[in-house]
Amino acid sequence: MSILIDKNSKIITQGITGATGLFHAQGCRDYADTQMVGGVTPGKGGTEIDGFPIFNTVEDAVQKTGANVSIIYVPPIASADAIMEAVDAEMDLVICITEGVPVLDMVMVKKYMEGKKTRLIGPNCPGVITPGQCKIGIMPGYIHKPGPVGVVSRSGTLTYEAVWQLTSRDIGQTTCVGIGGDPVNGTSHLDTLKMFEEDPDTKAVIMIGEIGGDAEEQAAEYVRDHMTKPVAAFIAGATAPAGKRMGHAGAIISGGKGDAASKKAFLRECGVSVADSPAEMAEALLKIWQP
Amino acid sequence: MNIHEYQAKAILRNFGVPVPEGHVVYNSNSARDWARRLGDGPYAVKAQIHAGGRGKGGGVKIAKTADEAKQFARDMFGMTLVTHQTGPEGKIVNRVLIEKGCNIADEFYLSFLVDRTTDKVTLMASAEGGMDIEEVAAKTPEKLFFEQIDPVSGLTAFQARKVAFKLGFAIAQVKQAVPLLMNLYKAFVETDCSLLEINPLVLSGEGQLLCLDAKINFDENALFRHIRIRDLRDYDEEDPMEITASQYDLSYIALDGNIGCMVNGAGLAMATMDIIQHYGAAPANFLDVGGSATIERVTEAFKIILSDEKVEGILVNIFGGIMKCDVIATGVVEAAKQVGIKIPLVVRLEGTNVALGKQILADSGLDIVSADGMADAAQKIVKAVKG
Repeated sequence: MSILIDKNSKIITQGITGATGLFHAQGCRDYADTQMVGGVTPGKGGTEIDGFPIFNTVEDAVQKTGANVSIIYVPPIASADAIMEAVDAEMDLVICITEGVPVLDMVMVKKYMEGKKTRLIGPNCPGVITPGQCKIGIMPGYIHKPGPVGVVSRSGTLTYEAVWQLTSRDIGQTTCVGIGGDPVNGTSHLDTLKMFEEDPDTKAVIMIGEIGGDAEEQAAEYVRDHMTKPVAAFIAGATAPAGKRMGHAGAIISGGKGDAASKKAFLRECGVSVADSPAEMAEALLKIWQP
Repeated sequence: MNIHEYQAKAILRNFGVPVPEGHVVYNSNSARDWARRLGDGPYAVKAQIHAGGRGKGGGVKIAKTADEAKQFARDMFGMTLVTHQTGPEGKIVNRVLIEKGCNIADEFYLSFLVDRTTDKVTLMASAEGGMDIEEVAAKTPEKLFFEQIDPVSGLTAFQARKVAFKLGFAIAQVKQAVPLLMNLYKAFVETDCSLLEINPLVLSGEGQLLCLDAKINFDENALFRHIRIRDLRDYDEEDPMEITASQYDLSYIALDGNIGCMVNGAGLAMATMDIIQHYGAAPANFLDVGGSATIERVTEAFKIILSDEKVEGILVNIFGGIMKCDVIATGVVEAAKQVGIKIPLVVRLEGTNVALGKQILADSGLDIVSADGMADAAQKIVKAVKG
């Protein structure tokens, strides 16, 4: 078992004829049993690119391929529309990799998604991987290994760092989820922890957060009140100056709320094992859990 | 992106929001001329820098006459204004706003921002105007009112009325507040703000509501659809190295420490700063080279890091995913040769083609210290710099 995706997922790529979209569609197809079944580029329907059939609309692609997951690489100007098109086509899961989507576009997307069945991951995220089965995203597949730990993170390369610390200790992962660094996104730390709690194969979780907002605090309350599985965490940004934007739009500390020290303290109060150094994420987990 | 107060007020005026009459000036003679055009005093003379708390630092003065306005403006031009938001180095005043004075009966606070918890634009209001709103939130949270705004309906009249009554307005002011609030919301969404703050909103002695100060931040991701707003960017207000970095698509922020960092990915870059501090030193910068760094960009990144005279050592931390370690290693070697790095350089490579990358560094003949893992890398650079 795993969460969100597995070897049965059927995936289309929105923006498959762009260089990035095609490159990563090929990379995902090459990983384990990932089923990349086609792509969407308006105006190029009926053609093919490197063996991927192309459709004009997501609706067409779903009817003809039976896809239930979409991954989006279209530019920021068109990302919100692409997400809503996938939601309208009743995809189970939409993963938006695109970085730089305007925040107010995402506010409208979230409103549009109310009451709909689709789950959104991202935008501005590396994607999702269930090691040994299915990779939907831009992460390097080989650093992962199947196993019992769930990983959830706002950041891309810092997720790789955590995964690598696990894999090099011979500890594998059920699913690794990059939820993205933007202030308004589809899936939160809390949503992901709930899924890991319900997944019988996930035995422990590493959660990687950042300064800004209160998403990590909400997740920690869930750990304290409902979660039966051990959770370790790292919060990036202890050295970030207040009010400065550090690459991720979400990573702004303003007005003393959302800083790393207060986040870490609250997580510890809730029973989360917090790593003080990013080099000790796996060790923080091993302090409270043995595979 | 931040803009000046006078620019924010010009935008709000276009959306029908009441702001004081005024004009920006670049020299003290114009200050006097514009004061005269505004009619009889008093006048507000306000230094234009991208930071709050200007009044306490001498950046806001009330002049009784046009000649006094000229005198105050003359004092302000070229001065280094230090406030709690500028940092100790302060900011130099190059622009001054001359405004018609206003007879203040009461002060209020208004702001719009995107609430990350509800994923909606939120109106925040308080009768405690003119104060530091973080302090109000910390000490008397019951004095803050919130309205979540549905993006489809926008801010509705009834929501605006609710807020106006909560602020304690009489009906005459409620009637002014409703269009004022709805127009502020319109300005927020139509210009893609990330923050729109009015502090204070004042009630004048004549019973009129007026936005006496205005602060706007824009969502940089949305600037592609606001060319005229993008042109309001004031490069004098920004760190010159941050401007250079942005021209090469590098995300760079200068900090106070002495260890320069070059990292791929924002989260890993922040974590690298954190681990330097964890081992007892301080990072000189945040620098994210992005996921597709070329040799040219790596070279530029080194130049930017080295142009900071405080830097006594450099830590490169790359987790290669899509970006291959051999490409980064080649970039580092090329850059080190071109730029001539004379300070300690520690490189940690992990991920795709890592063995090849390490070989390239070892074969380069350059004095590059290779590290295994983040902890090892941080310890090595801290030791090299501290001796």
